[in-house]
Amino acid sequence: MNRILIKGGRVIDPGTNRDGRFDILITENKITQIDKKITPKGAKVIDARGLIITPGFIDLHCHLRDPGRPDKETVESGSRAGIAGGFTTLCCMPNTEPVIDNEGIVNYIIKEASRVGLCRVLPIAAITKKRQGKEITEFGELIKAGAKGFSDDGDTVANANVLRHALEYSKIFNVPIFEHPIDNNLAQDGVMNEGFSSTRLGLKGAPTIAEDVIVARDLLLAKFTGARLHLCHISSKGAVELIKKAKQEGVHITCETCPHYFYFNDEVLETFDTNYKVNPPLRSEEDRKAIIEGLRDGTIDCIATDHAPHTRAEKELEFTRAPSGMIGLETALSLCIMELINHHQFSWLELIKKLTLNPARILNEKLGVLQPGLPADIAMIDPEKRWRYTENRIQSRSKNSPLLNRELKGKVVGLIVKGDIKYLPGNKDV
Amino acid sequence: MPEKNLLGIEPLGAEDLNRYLDQADNFLGVLERPIPIVPALRGKTIITLFFEPSTRTQISFSIAAKRLSADVVNFSRATSSVVKGETLLDTAKNIEAMKIDGVIIRHSVPGAAKILADHLDAFVINAGDGGHEHPTQALLDLMTIRQHFGRIKGLKVLIVGDIAHSRVARSNIFGLKTLGAEVGICGPPTLIPREIEKLGVQVFCSLDEVIKEFDVIMALRIQLERQKSGLFPSIREYRNFYGLTRERIKKIKPHGVIMHPGPTNRGIEIDPEVADGNKSLILRQVKNGVALRMAVLFIHAGGKIE
Repeated sequence: MNRILIKGGRVIDPGTNRDGRFDILITENKITQIDKKITPKGAKVIDARGLIITPGFIDLHCHLRDPGRPDKETVESGSRAGIAGGFTTLCCMPNTEPVIDNEGIVNYIIKEASRVGLCRVLPIAAITKKRQGKEITEFGELIKAGAKGFSDDGDTVANANVLRHALEYSKIFNVPIFEHPIDNNLAQDGVMNEGFSSTRLGLKGAPTIAEDVIVARDLLLAKFTGARLHLCHISSKGAVELIKKAKQEGVHITCETCPHYFYFNDEVLETFDTNYKVNPPLRSEEDRKAIIEGLRDGTIDCIATDHAPHTRAEKELEFTRAPSGMIGLETALSLCIMELINHHQFSWLELIKKLTLNPARILNEKLGVLQPGLPADIAMIDPEKRWRYTENRIQSRSKNSPLLNRELKGKVVGLIVKGDIKYLPGNKDV
Repeated sequence: MPEKNLLGIEPLGAEDLNRYLDQADNFLGVLERPIPIVPALRGKTIITLFFEPSTRTQISFSIAAKRLSADVVNFSRATSSVVKGETLLDTAKNIEAMKIDGVIIRHSVPGAAKILADHLDAFVINAGDGGHEHPTQALLDLMTIRQHFGRIKGLKVLIVGDIAHSRVARSNIFGLKTLGAEVGICGPPTLIPREIEKLGVQVFCSLDEVIKEFDVIMALRIQLERQKSGLFPSIREYRNFYGLTRERIKKIKPHGVIMHPGPTNRGIEIDPEVADGNKSLILRQVKNGVALRMAVLFIHAGGKIE
């Protein structure tokens, strides 16, 4: 029997409210024991002294561009990027070519993920056929094939009646609907946040109200239908306030933000670096602070990456012509540590909850917890490690990150997925 | 020494601005000569890259370069016809391979001049990048104001029209504020960008109420497609509220002047009688434009006067 003992690390597990020195024993693909001191008895021992041991991270929102754009990313390259960043589960968005709106494509992704065998890949299928916002997809068949939620990400379901019916229909299966909340009529062809920075730079702005009005509408729809609505990549102060109020009223909703919305503000656009062009756009400093407070007070449930690979040729276009999105799987943890733990004194339990337990709950999966009997998906973090994010070490097939060549702090240095060691502390490539 | 490139007015201090203006005043004298040419940039090759049509600015730069004895190559092509897949960066690399000394670029996208500047050894002059900056226009406007009033500090300047999409407005606001003018902007709220008051300007929407308080009224060209995108209801209504009409002009201060970066939509933002009238500095702006662009090229190309 294959046994691994992770010894001497500081275990941080929000699911069991554990923060302390524990040993973890893994047998085959499951956790079998967590105790103050476990004797190896022939198990392979990993010396985890000085490291933080957490459940593997779960990304609710990434773009693997598979099928359709292997020049940007594939299930394979995306999985490599995911595990490099400490993610053991990736939810991939359906705005692929063709769109993930039928069982065939769900099957393809699941087969491909199992062939690659690096981490769990859970497909999110489209809410509407071809993401056209008109007719809802066959939720039942898609779930049977393995879809874990539904989203037209990249576009809001603009017609409120279509979204209403999607929410109602989703109740049969108790699955989350992931909404991309941006009103395109208000956002128009804005390429950055509308505000003082866009005024200075002369780039066309998309206002925060483009996000807020859809969030407000969606909260009303969630309340009306009683379905499980999850709001993607929240970036504005107004949206945080609306969601906070709705949660106080007991509306069943969840939401995520991304590291770039709490790490950067729109002043960085003065470089005209297209790697800062994302959708929704990087917001003002006031919004950024509201996102951090929303994470702190629990209004924002999860941190997702919105990992969005684009080719170099596309990102080398002029600012208005370049596509939106930045890659983020490999840098997410560092930004969380540098900004939330170091600058804003978040506790590790708080942070790790948003990367593990909360996304697992939204997906309704028995993941994201360190407990005997549960799958051994485990990350080992060196919170002090300083490392440079160079093009050579990027595992993603695309390199569109504004963090390129910057020194970052904190890294996952060991990872176990389903009891299988992907890499270990001390490996020189980590 | 100035920066290698001239990409915008925002980063420049008063000393930098005055250096351009003083040098431009000197070149005005050259332009009065029977043979208005100096050999200051002999042997230098300058290319004007216009990805957005602008006959006047391109001609102004070309003439300026020729007056300095530089070799000039003009290139113009609408951005829309740029072949898919060809990037501005490719263009930059091609220029680099041809060993050109200086590039003057006009482009519809903010930051386009910076892309070139980041990748070229040649100096880059921004001749307008989308709604961002148009530094030589602002400099020639500053030059014209200083020439007329003998100073800029303390003057009250009102910029009227589509501020939101105007690089001329932005560059002028930066330059005027740096040199100590008071700046007001006036237009329909749909054409006033958010939080612009943080640049230290006063915002008005009624031209009739404030026109009498300003020394300089600068009208901006209104792009007719803005009406189609719903930013104001009709050309007629725009003219009624924001046009520099003969009637409205009667209200300005006795010593007040009218400016316009051109080309004008005659009868829309400015009446022909006003554009050609005795309060108008418009042709003065055009003439100064050549001297000012000579100064910019001279300074950035490291020219010498023997």
